[in-house]
Amino acid sequence: MLAALVSIWVGVDILSGGAFLTPRNLWNLSVQTASVMVMATGMVLVIVARHIDLSVGSVLGVVGMVMGVTQTELLPRLMGYDSPFIWILALGAGVAVGAAIGLLHGVIIAYLGVPAFIVTLGGLLVWRGCAWWITSGRTVAPMDDAFRRMGGGVEGAIGSGWTWVVGGLAVAAIVWRAVHARRRRQQVGFAVRPVWAEVVVAGLACAAVLAIVLVANSYDLPPRVAERIAAARGLVVPPEGLSIAHGLAVPVLIAVGAGIVVTFLARRTRFGRYVFALGGNPEAAELSGVDTRRITVLVFVLMGVLCAVAAAISTARLNAATNAQGTLDELYVIAATVIGGTSLGGGLGTVAGAMLGALVMQSLQSGMVLMGLDTPLQNIVVGLVLVVAVWLDRLYRSRTLKGAA
Amino acid sequence: MSAAQPLVAMRGMSISFGGIRAVDDVSLDLHAGEVVGLLGHNGAGKSTFIKMLSGAYRPDAGEIRIDGRTVTIDSPRDARRHGIETIYQTLALADNLDAAANLFLGRELRTAWGTLDDVAMEAETRQVMARLNPHFVKFKEPVRALSGGQRQAVAIARAIHFNARILIMDEPTAALGPQETKQVADLILQLKREGIGIFLISHDIHDVFDLADRVAVMKNGKMVGTVPTRSVTKDQVLEMIILGTRPESQ
Repeated sequence: MLAALVSIWVGVDILSGGAFLTPRNLWNLSVQTASVMVMATGMVLVIVARHIDLSVGSVLGVVGMVMGVTQTELLPRLMGYDSPFIWILALGAGVAVGAAIGLLHGVIIAYLGVPAFIVTLGGLLVWRGCAWWITSGRTVAPMDDAFRRMGGGVEGAIGSGWTWVVGGLAVAAIVWRAVHARRRRQQVGFAVRPVWAEVVVAGLACAAVLAIVLVANSYDLPPRVAERIAAARGLVVPPEGLSIAHGLAVPVLIAVGAGIVVTFLARRTRFGRYVFALGGNPEAAELSGVDTRRITVLVFVLMGVLCAVAAAISTARLNAATNAQGTLDELYVIAATVIGGTSLGGGLGTVAGAMLGALVMQSLQSGMVLMGLDTPLQNIVVGLVLVVAVWLDRLYRSRTLKGAA
Repeated sequence: MSAAQPLVAMRGMSISFGGIRAVDDVSLDLHAGEVVGLLGHNGAGKSTFIKMLSGAYRPDAGEIRIDGRTVTIDSPRDARRHGIETIYQTLALADNLDAAANLFLGRELRTAWGTLDDVAMEAETRQVMARLNPHFVKFKEPVRALSGGQRQAVAIARAIHFNARILIMDEPTAALGPQETKQVADLILQLKREGIGIFLISHDIHDVFDLADRVAVMKNGKMVGTVPTRSVTKDQVLEMIILGTRPESQ
């Protein structure tokens, strides 16, 4: 998976004459991927539990519209345009609506026994219709200033100092985890990997963090924005110009946060364990006393909440809520999840894989734009890559399974 | 032993599916430290009957008493609470999870933070498995990668690890080789000595005749009869299975 990503990056960079692997493009790529990444983390659990969600694009649309109307029309009437609470209330309203939609889907699937494919296919039409209906098709803009930070851009980046702080925390977390896990296994007398192997694994992870920090910090703000910030802080602008870095984008931090939270749920909680058990053998899960219907409902509620988070990123980035927002996103999200190694048969999949899958899809697309390919040709390539990627994954899997048996 | 109060008493159990009486007014007792074989052709209703005890089906009529007290068993969770554990013919393992995750499925050990304590679960699994199958080493692999006997060992480990008092084994040796079958037989005798009551369900009399204290025979959803294995021959039991009548000496 990582190899595929690296080869795409290098290949596209060469074909586009070095326009791809620039801090600016990589930064934009990370922002463009964030919304699909967030939804892909939830889609992993949906697919692992042997379901599917075709409605995520439409749910993003309707939730985006709800958040747009809340912050531009409803709340300002109550508290004026400059209230610092508008963005959080609008986000809260969106998350509530997303969770409610997920709850509805989940209850129909788990308790009424309608297949998820049908329920969410219906949802795809219903929620898209609702998104139109809220404002009769009118686009809602502009968004609240604080809310817009969630979409990235000049205001939505945390600057180089905070980026170093985040990177430092990430490195500390990686090292702490490695040491802690090793100590725990030693306590109960399990075999542990040799020290050098642990150091190499943790070292590679830390190097990746460092690389991301350096890339984010070498993409400078536009000179005029830098001057404005300098003026606001009372700094003197040197004659050769001022360079202030973007640092990590807020939507990327949100996506990584979502990835960490969902990975934690999947790997370290009963809920996650039951989702995987349900996907591996629903009858066994049921006979083991797992309330499989409740788990199914929770999976769809989580998916709805993540759609709302993705909708916040998407509307904030566009600085508008439109009724077409998120159209076809369900296909990108499912494709990213499946390319990331989640089996459509259920029971197998990782959140990190799905996030990488999203990055692969977006890299291809943005690479083709840089190379000047026509849109129809882009679609053809993306479609082919999806099929080939899943085929290669199957080949690889069947070989490793035979090796294990 | 038989004079004491039975561990399990099932009285007048009936259940229908779509108008067909799968089990019709069947009663059966089980005492502590006793092995009862439940025999019958495929479709005789023995698995359906026992699933009302394991919580997979809800009876239309009938009463279950454990230690003389009437209990309601609406779910596998209820059954477990009463110390009833079941090893299903299909083993009911989640193939994508490892041995420890399967052993603790539905009863996970958790840390002080409420998160899964995988290390503790693996440690306990290693202990149980050492007793059942000392050669077992694949603790990190999904159970899909295990052999039939190893999978069976995981299913048995899950049933006995939580201090079961009543064990239901549905065709426990159907998928096993001679060596593994012997292991399971030894285990059954050991559990019996520990005072656990065991139901052995099979369509093959040879699987259960030597292990069981009594055999109960079902045919067409009805109980043909229950006989102590000491006082009958295999041929007489076969007659019960095929003809559906009790032997004349009984």
